[in-house]
Amino acid sequence: MSRNRFTRGTAALSAAVLTAAPFASAFADDAPAKIDSGDTAWMLTSTALVLMMTIPGLALFYAGMVRKKNILATMMQSFFICCLVTVLWMIAGYSLAFSNGNAYIGDLSRLFLKGIGENWDKPFTLGAGTDNSTAQTVPETVFMMFQLTFAIITPALITGAFADRMKFSALVIFMTLWSLLVYSPVAHWVWAPLGWINALGAADFAGGTVVHINAGIAGLVCAMVLGKRVGYGHDQMIPHNLAFAVIGASLLWVGWFGFNAGSAVAANGRAGMAMAVTQIAAAAAAIAWTFAEWMTKGKPSVLGAISGAVAGLVAITPASGFVLPGSALIIGLIAGVVCFWGATGLKHMMGYDDSLDAFGVHGVGGIVGALLTGILAYGPLSATEAAKDGVYIGGGALLKAQVIAIVATIIFSGVMTFILLKITDAIVGLRPSVDEEREGMDIVLHGEQVF
Amino acid sequence: MKLIMAVIKPFKLDDVREALTPLGVQGLTAIEVKGFGRQKGQTEIYRGAEYHVSFLPKVKIEVAVPDSIADQVVEAITNAARTGKIGDGKIFVLDLERALRIRTGEADDEAL
Repeated sequence: MSRNRFTRGTAALSAAVLTAAPFASAFADDAPAKIDSGDTAWMLTSTALVLMMTIPGLALFYAGMVRKKNILATMMQSFFICCLVTVLWMIAGYSLAFSNGNAYIGDLSRLFLKGIGENWDKPFTLGAGTDNSTAQTVPETVFMMFQLTFAIITPALITGAFADRMKFSALVIFMTLWSLLVYSPVAHWVWAPLGWINALGAADFAGGTVVHINAGIAGLVCAMVLGKRVGYGHDQMIPHNLAFAVIGASLLWVGWFGFNAGSAVAANGRAGMAMAVTQIAAAAAAIAWTFAEWMTKGKPSVLGAISGAVAGLVAITPASGFVLPGSALIIGLIAGVVCFWGATGLKHMMGYDDSLDAFGVHGVGGIVGALLTGILAYGPLSATEAAKDGVYIGGGALLKAQVIAIVATIIFSGVMTFILLKITDAIVGLRPSVDEEREGMDIVLHGEQVF
Repeated sequence: MKLIMAVIKPFKLDDVREALTPLGVQGLTAIEVKGFGRQKGQTEIYRGAEYHVSFLPKVKIEVAVPDSIADQVVEAITNAARTGKIGDGKIFVLDLERALRIRTGEADDEAL
């Protein structure tokens, strides 16, 4: 039985088996596996919800925070990454992430989704042929699509760090390389049956390391390598329309139910618990950020409230299938305050221009969430036949695995992002000219304007 | 003829229009503008980044009137736009050389 988030748990597995052979478990091994329509329906829905997080959710969230000369360029980044990563995923990304391969990366056996047509109406087994395989109750097309939406949002999150100042040609090259050489390997480490972080026993239910720490650190490196926006610290860089950002953050929140509850890869009790803790952590973090800001800056800002909600959603992501509601409240409150500090204190202390706080919210929130998962994981939620008390039990051992997973992701993502930026810089250059940047990315890069 | 320009607080626009109608003023142009004066701006904070916004939103109105009612118009605008607090705005009066109604070709006082 796999020790990753796709672990179905005893109850879920027997439920699936019963669907196929309702007589007795003795026949279970012989029974032909069947696609579960309930599970599949939920995963189809979750996939659509997670795609909605990027387009239009993240696109609106980010576009509302930039200046009016950069609205379209910012939305285009999310939209085009959606298209780009879809094609890359189909060609090679999925194979590199989820074929068996070795502990560090998948192989090329599934290029162009090879073989997906042969078993189109059969349930998918992740890691078939390994002794750590996980039988699912959904077809591979659905699993592949669900994972694709995660591969899309992760690079899109990074764009918040270098908003207003990256050439589109540089974005296309950098994100192509990053998706294949950073996202796919880290997803493989954590979620593929042979991945080394998976084997280590680190808990990451829905992508705290793979998505948020990965994107957050990449964003930090981007902000440092590209440098500050022209006029940073002098010009007014007031968000042009926070109403966009409120709509975007709200779409992210709703979409996150697909992200977290969908990561159960089934319509079951874990999915229900994941949804409950997601809601609680988001709300608690929004309240925590709002009050922290109210007390230190004098006013409870709308941008603060929505930023806090996103911080809470980020922090609960790795924990969502493993913790109970009380823990979610704690995770949310801590994430709200710590990310408030990350976006307002840490950033100015360190002096980098993380324009829309990709690191301050996703990097910091991801680390907080991964650590607290190590402390607060409730065993029975991840119980399996082999581990009746649970695969993930909060405490010293799990916390140690979490720290290793966090540090490995930070180092790999940081170093690779730096190298890929330098390669991109050598090919096309990363930034437009100062005059072009002053004029605005919309007209310079795309020849269009909103206002 | 005089061209009277006034920069006023945005929420006073309707009051000013209502005050001018009884004087026989037939038309008025209003423009949303930003400006600064003795009224200090405001501080806005976005995720800890503080911006001092010195340009505040105002409405600028332009109204062309015959010489005979120019003083009354100025007085009416003053009374309608005043709150007594800093930032109430200013009124400028300029001599106007010509006026023409495009549709009919009427000129000067008849065009106002």
